[in-house]
Formats: sequence, structure tokens, C-alpha cells
Amino acid sequence: MNGHNFTLAGTACTALPSGALYLPEDATLCVSDLHLGKSDRIARRSGVMLPPYEVRATLEKLQADIDRSKPKTVICLGDSFDDLQAADSLHDDMRLMLTGLQAGRKWIWIEGNHDPGPVDLGGSHLAELSIGTLTFRHIATMQPNEVSGHYHPKHRVAGRSRPAFVYDTQRLILPAYGAYTGGLASDTPVLLDLFGPMAVAVMTGNKAIAVPLTQTPQRPRFSGRSY
Amino acid sequence: MTTLPPTFQSWFKHRGWDIHPHQLAMLEQANAPALMLIAPTGGGKTLAGFLPSLIELCDGTHQGLHTLYVSPLKALAADIKRNLRTPVDEMALPIRIEDRTGDTSYTQKRKQRADPPHILLTTPESLALLTSYEDAPRMFSGLQRIIVDEIHALSESKRGDQLMLALSRLQRLAPNLRRVGLSATVEDPAAIASELASHPDPCAIINADPGPDPDIGMLVTEEKPPWTGGGAAYAIPAVLEQVKQHKTTLIFHNTRAQAEIFFRNLWLANTGDLPIGIHHGSLAREQRERVEAAMISGDLRAIVCTGSLDLGIDWGDVDLVIQIGAPKNVKRLVQRIGRANHRYNAPSKALLVPANRFEVVECVAALEAVKAHELDGDPKGTGPRDVLCQHILITACSGPFNADDLFAEIKTVGAYSTLSRAAFDNCLDFCATGGYALQAYDKWKRLLQTPDGTWQLRDPRAAQRIRMNIGTIQDTDTLKVRLKGNFKPLGEVEEAFAATLTQGDTFLIGGQVVRYENLKEMTVQVSRRGDKKPKIATFMGTKFANSTQLSQRILQMFQQDHWPNLPAHTAEWLGLQRKYSKLPQADRILVESFPHDGRHHLCAYGFAGRNAMQTLGMLLTQRMEELNLHPMGFVATDYATLVWGLDPVTDPAPLFQAPDLKAGFETWLSGNAVMKKTFRGAATIAGLIERNLPQARKSGRQATFSSDILYDTLSKYDPDHLMLQITREEALRGLVDFGRIEEMLQRTAGRVDHMTLDRVTPLAAPLFLEVGKIAVAGAAQDRLLEEAALHLMDAAGVARL
Repeated sequence: MNGHNFTLAGTACTALPSGALYLPEDATLCVSDLHLGKSDRIARRSGVMLPPYEVRATLEKLQADIDRSKPKTVICLGDSFDDLQAADSLHDDMRLMLTGLQAGRKWIWIEGNHDPGPVDLGGSHLAELSIGTLTFRHIATMQPNEVSGHYHPKHRVAGRSRPAFVYDTQRLILPAYGAYTGGLASDTPVLLDLFGPMAVAVMTGNKAIAVPLTQTPQRPRFSGRSY
Repeated sequence: MTTLPPTFQSWFKHRGWDIHPHQLAMLEQANAPALMLIAPTGGGKTLAGFLPSLIELCDGTHQGLHTLYVSPLKALAADIKRNLRTPVDEMALPIRIEDRTGDTSYTQKRKQRADPPHILLTTPESLALLTSYEDAPRMFSGLQRIIVDEIHALSESKRGDQLMLALSRLQRLAPNLRRVGLSATVEDPAAIASELASHPDPCAIINADPGPDPDIGMLVTEEKPPWTGGGAAYAIPAVLEQVKQHKTTLIFHNTRAQAEIFFRNLWLANTGDLPIGIHHGSLAREQRERVEAAMISGDLRAIVCTGSLDLGIDWGDVDLVIQIGAPKNVKRLVQRIGRANHRYNAPSKALLVPANRFEVVECVAALEAVKAHELDGDPKGTGPRDVLCQHILITACSGPFNADDLFAEIKTVGAYSTLSRAAFDNCLDFCATGGYALQAYDKWKRLLQTPDGTWQLRDPRAAQRIRMNIGTIQDTDTLKVRLKGNFKPLGEVEEAFAATLTQGDTFLIGGQVVRYENLKEMTVQVSRRGDKKPKIATFMGTKFANSTQLSQRILQMFQQDHWPNLPAHTAEWLGLQRKYSKLPQADRILVESFPHDGRHHLCAYGFAGRNAMQTLGMLLTQRMEELNLHPMGFVATDYATLVWGLDPVTDPAPLFQAPDLKAGFETWLSGNAVMKKTFRGAATIAGLIERNLPQARKSGRQATFSSDILYDTLSKYDPDHLMLQITREEALRGLVDFGRIEEMLQRTAGRVDHMTLDRVTPLAAPLFLEVGKIAVAGAAQDRLLEEAALHLMDAAGVARL
């Protein structure tokens, strides 16, 4: 699989360039912070009507990851919906598409701060879940061996900032997978404090590119700015 | 023949002034529904505009607002208020004059709406905001005159379109409203006059005596201008000498960053302790006001400034204007020169200081154009639809409206006179429902149509948000800069620049070197640290493209056998270029290939202006990427595009074939950064993206996401959406400027001269220090990024984690 391979608590992990996590031993695909229905919530609250295509864009991306990795289990690691009302007002064709993705596999919604209650869509709804050595929850605690989301980490190298996985020997934080999501710079103290000095950021994009989390790179030659 | 009322006659006499013929003419035609005055700076233009208002108001019978004055600059409104006080006070006229801009206090603004002054001085944005209130009809019903100052400057941007839309609204509220435009010398006065009048009414034009030709030349320095760069540091001693010899000097720069650097250098060299100030739009208001006040009281010998001082502010005793860097545009140069010497019929004195060798050529070309009275300008397109969308939302804020009435009103605006009903309905639909192919917002429409057919906001609270987003000035996100432990801001820097700072970095702001400490609640905290060389302060500041007319003059100059009109060092340089390579010709594209710093370089001279050359760079690198030539980046100036990469280009001619370039343009256009930037601007104006919501920006940055994502999503799922149509239309005209690429392709008709050299050529050298290099996100970058990542992982010892 075209991704960055590493192990966390003895479990093999692949950070995919799309921002999804794949666990080959359990054939499990994990995505975090889909924020489906964000445009609906923004319109409801502010009157600003963003292009209402983020559900389709996000599900199509997920479809591609599922088609490639054919997982037995899919974990949505919280904030799958921008709020519970947005989950209820999903368009029928989007519900149908989601049902298609769920068919033939186990589907788990982990609750997040945006979507703390159950949703009227297939799959099981859990506060957290343990698979093998790993625990999946939305927000990182300081317990070891956890996989979480919530922070939408982004990492910057050579003037380019991309959504990124961040991990060390204790925990892994996934980037936001949803189309309409911003990010939190990986050097923000609240994120840095969760990791040890040897942490790695895996930048997403066309390829998954791993770099040390904390080392500021030299002024890069490859940015096209240096002379 | 109209005569002045006795009070005014004796005031003129007391002042020792004769009324100018054009001031009298303005008075005679004071009842015209639309009237435009063209006069040079110092020609008593403002008084000519206000005289009819003062006379109409002098008996004290008019109640409420009589005259609105709109200018492009807040500073100008404040300045006019000051100047207008003199006649009003000296004649003891019962006239209340107030200004209202973004800087006016909240209480003062409320008071003005409840009890408006006779004369209100404001900006297009503040006026648009005023028309958005429910009480606008009451405030404006007695309005008699509107004076649009510096209308030529407004007319060049969307601010002018917004203003004219606001005028159409005012005309409905006050049917007898008369419109007056004040303009500097322009190349096409009739075009601006027809924008001012209510379409299709005529607009009379009064021409004042243009005055004597300016005394303008190039600053002669001991030191030769450098080959590269834009700082003009070499000229500091000569500039300082000029400052000493004159009473007050304005030193204009094309960008804020250049102004900052120049000011610092000037200050370091200022051993005689001459009082010198700096003024530009990114400085804190307090700081700007301090400089303005010092200027007026004659305490400053020089001000280093940018376009923020470009317009008709009366700075009193300015007797010299220095322009640092090539002026890029003859019209703007002429207007800047007008800043000097506000005495009518005295020639203005100005000096041009080229920042580098190529700018010497540009400056000489500009000087010749000024002497020939040749102004430049591009014809304007039809009214932009993003501004129209904002206007519809503003109208909705003031209360329910009827679509037919609004459409009829908009058709009276010159720029929108050809707007079709279908196009209008599209904009209305966008405002109401978002205008998406997917009808998603049935429940949450922004505008609803009531049973009687009128339109209104679904949620009246939305008016507040719409008002906060009024305006068409595309501001980049900026952060305030503050000294640690000090409340007063020093100024602002762009968010993108702040993101590049790490603790200990130093940069220039307001002429002082500061050290970056941290970012706290969206404020850049700094400490004073004058001991370190500053990292450059960046401001986006508009970079103007060389006008077509100037480019043509330069190309003509290149064809001379020798250059007696150029300084020897520059003539020599052109001679060297002719010897080692070639000088570009108007009807051919010159392409040079040479190695430098381990990369292969290609330099194409197209002389199509900065924006078009930038687009050409995008297109060339895209073609090279397809041909596996591994381009890595490019940089563009007004005259050339320099591309570098991992592989050499052996046959450039096919890269310049018109059909291929055009085909490439279509695919390139949809996915490029310029489009995204343009989209962001248009979407903000049209109300799709909000700005000015500091509390939203403060609370968690995860919540905000880049407008690029919206652009990508829309391109993929709704490619015909109104916002994408607007973006495309605008990018073609503005930043992309494909029109000038087409013009270049036409005049060169596939004739490409390729020179292969073993080193950088004289003419290409200046490009190497240009800022704004653009990296190509292609295979070359991925290759190098992976290499670098591997290296970093190894170095950090985490590769085996």
C-alpha cells in the first residue's frame, strides 16, 4: 500500500496519503473528523451558503480508500458530523451512498465533541473502542497506545503546510479527513505537549511523507526560493 | 454670468485670490444633474467642487444632509474637512461639516445617523454601509449634491463600481441629487464622465487650465545603479542631499516593503538629523496621524511613503517629489508629480530614481512619455457581478425590496447599463439560495420572497454580518504588531508573513527593527532590537504591471544604435547585452538559455507586463512539466520570465506556439493559485466568504479552512457556478492578464530567437534578485522533498522509530 508504514504498540499501521489509517492485521480503515454537513450547519447559523458539496467530496474520497483497501471494519473516529442536526439533514442520495459504503463491513461511529449522540444511520455507535493493543477515541488522553483525532494537525515543511498524522511510541493523532476542515499547526503547544521528542509527522497529499515533528528544517533548497 | 454672493466676494478679496475660471464655470453649471471637473492638483479643485454647496447652505435654511463628499482615502476626507473649515469659519457660515470613515468612533457614527451634518465627508465603503441601514431614506431624503473626489482613481477599481451602485440608490431616495466628479488629468475623460452620470443622461466636462509642464528629471548619482534589486540604497546620499536642498520632499515607493527598507537606510545615513517620517497603509493609525500632523505643521523635511499618499491630500509646502523605482505607469507618475508645489501655475518638480539598471531604461521611457503628454490606460470592462451581489445584499439589509425596481435602478449605473435581466436574476438567486446546481438550502435561504413578491432577509440578524463584510478592497489577512507589554500597535503584517517568523527573527516595521517574540491572541508580539540586520518585512502591496504604452517605448528604445539619452553605464549595459546575446525586439520573442547555480535557466523576453509574464511562466512550466523537463520554479518581471529546472530546454520555439499555449491555458486556468486568489477576493465581495470576524478567527483555527478548498470543491461539482464565472472573467482581465499574452503572441507571430549561452546574460541578471519566485509543484519538487525528508529523518535519528 502506498503509505507510510510504522508500528504503534506492536500493531502495524499504514498512514495513507489520503489521511486515512489502515491496520493490515485487522483489515481496519480508520478516518477522523469527517465533519459531514458542515455547510448545512454554517448556513443554518450564519446565513452564509457555502458550496453544499462537502458530503459528496468526503464520501467519494472515502469510497476510493475503501475500494483500494477493502477493509472489514471502518472506524470513524469522531466529529463525523458537524453537529447532530446536520447528520439528520443529510440528503437522501448521500445517505444512500453512505449505506453503500457500509454494506458488507463493520462500521463504527466513535463519538466526538461535535456529534456526541447516536445518529440515525447504520453502524454501531461507541464512546471508544479497543482493537488488539490499541484504543480508538476522539480526543487524546495521556493514556498510552491510543489513536485519536480532534486536533486536525497540519505540518509545515518547506513552506508547504499539509494535513498530517502525528505519532510517537505512545499515541497517534489522525489528520482531519473531511473536505471542509481546517487544521492546527503541528507546532502548537497543545499538540506538542502530547508527544515526546522523537515524534514523527506524516504529511498527506500525493504521497505520505514522514518528517520529524519538532526539528525545524534548514531553509530548504527545494522551495525554489533560494539563490 | 453667475456672480458670487457678497460674503464670498469679500472673502476671496480678503484672501487675495481671484476666482479661477473653472471654479466659476462649476458655479454656473451648479444645477446640472451631472458635472465633471478635470483639473491638476493645486488648481483649487476641491473648492471648485464645494463652492456651490457653501453658497446654497450660506443662508442657514437647509435642514439635514445637503452634500456628500466621497473620496478614496480616509486621510483625504480628514484633510478636506480641515481645509473646508477655513472658508466656513472665516465667512462664519452656518454649516456643519463632519467626516465619517472606518476610523470614526461608534458614538459619533450613531449621532451622525440621527442628526446628520450639512456636509458629510466619507469613503465609498462607509457610504455603502450608510445605505444599508433601515433609516437611510430619512437620512438622505434632503440630499442635494454628491461630490466624488479623485474619481479617476476610484474608477479604476471595484470601489468605483460600488460607489456608483450606491449612487443609484441615493438617486432613488433623493431624486434631485446632483452629481459632481473631480478628476486629475486622464486619458479618456468622457468614459469617466459617463460612469458618473445616471445612465443614459449626459455629463458635462469642465477642463481647468492644466498649468505648466512639470520640471522632471532623473536623479544623477555618483554611484551607478546596481544591476539588480529594488531598494535604490545606492541613491541614499543623493536623495538626502536633495532633501537638504528643498523645503519638503515626498519620497514615493511602489511597495510598502521597499518604503520600509528605504526609510531605514535613509535614517541610518541621516547624520544631519533631518526630521524624516514614514507613511504607509500598514502602519497603525496613530502613527500615520502623527506623521500627517507633523507634515501639515511643517515639522518634517521628508516623508517616505507609498500610494497611501498618492491622492490629492494637500500637504502644503511640498516642493519636491522623488519617485523611487520605475513608475510603471505614466498616468500615476503624472499624478504623483502633481503632489509637489501646490501653487497653481508653478511647475511641479520631480525626480525619478531608478532602483536598478533596467529601471533606468523604464524611467527614461516614462520621462519621454510625460514630455509627449502621452497617458496610458486600459479600457474598462462591464460592471463586476461580485460587487453587484454585495449591492443586492446591502439593499436587503435596508429593508424588503422589489426585484424589478432594483433592476431598473442598477441599469442607471453606467457600468451595469448593459446588464441583462438573466444576469441580474442569477446574482439575486446567488444571494438568495447560493445559486448551486444542487438545491441544498431550502430551509436556510438567505433571502426569501414574500407573498407580495418582495425580497427580504430570512433572518434579520444576518444584516449585522453582511454589514461587517461591506467593501471591495481585497485585504489580505493581517495581524497587529505590538511591542510586548505595550497596548499600542505599531502596525500590521500579513498573516502569511507572520507564519514564517520564528522567535528571534527580526523585521522592519514603521522604520524600526523589531524582534519576533510570540503570537498572542492574533497579535504579533515583538521587542525592540536594533542591533540585528532585519529580515525583510513583507507586505503584499499591489505590484503594478508596466503599461502597454511604456513597454512599447522601451522596445523602441532598444532598437536605437546607441543611447545618448541614457546614462553611460546603462547604455554600456545594453551594449553588452547586444554583444553577448541580443536585445529584444517588439515583433520577436527572445529566449536565452544558460546554466546558473547548478540549474538550467531559460529567460523569455515578452514585454507583456508583470501579470501576463507571470501567467506565461505558469504556462511555460506546465508545458515543460509535460515534456519531463523538471521545471522547478520561475519568476516574472514586466519584461521577462525566468524559468529554472533540472533539465535544459534545447528547443524553446514549440513552447511558444499560440494554439498550444491557449490549450494549455484552459487546463491550467482551472487549477492555479491565481484563480484561487481571485476566487477568494470575488467570493468575499459577493458574500460567500466572510471577513472581519475577529472573534471567529480567535476561537479555534480548526474551524476556519482555506477558501482554496471551496474553490476546488466548486470547480469539481458545480463548474458553471456564478462565482466561478466571475472568477474566470476577472482573472482573465486582471492577475492572469491573458489579453496581453495574446497581444504578445500576435505581435511576435511565432518568431522565436533562441540564444544558448554559458552564463547569465546582462539583461537576465536583474531577474535573479526579484522577489516573488514561484515554485512549481511538480515531479521535481516531489523528488527533492522526498530526498530532504529522508535526510531530515536520518539526521534526527527517528527513521527507525
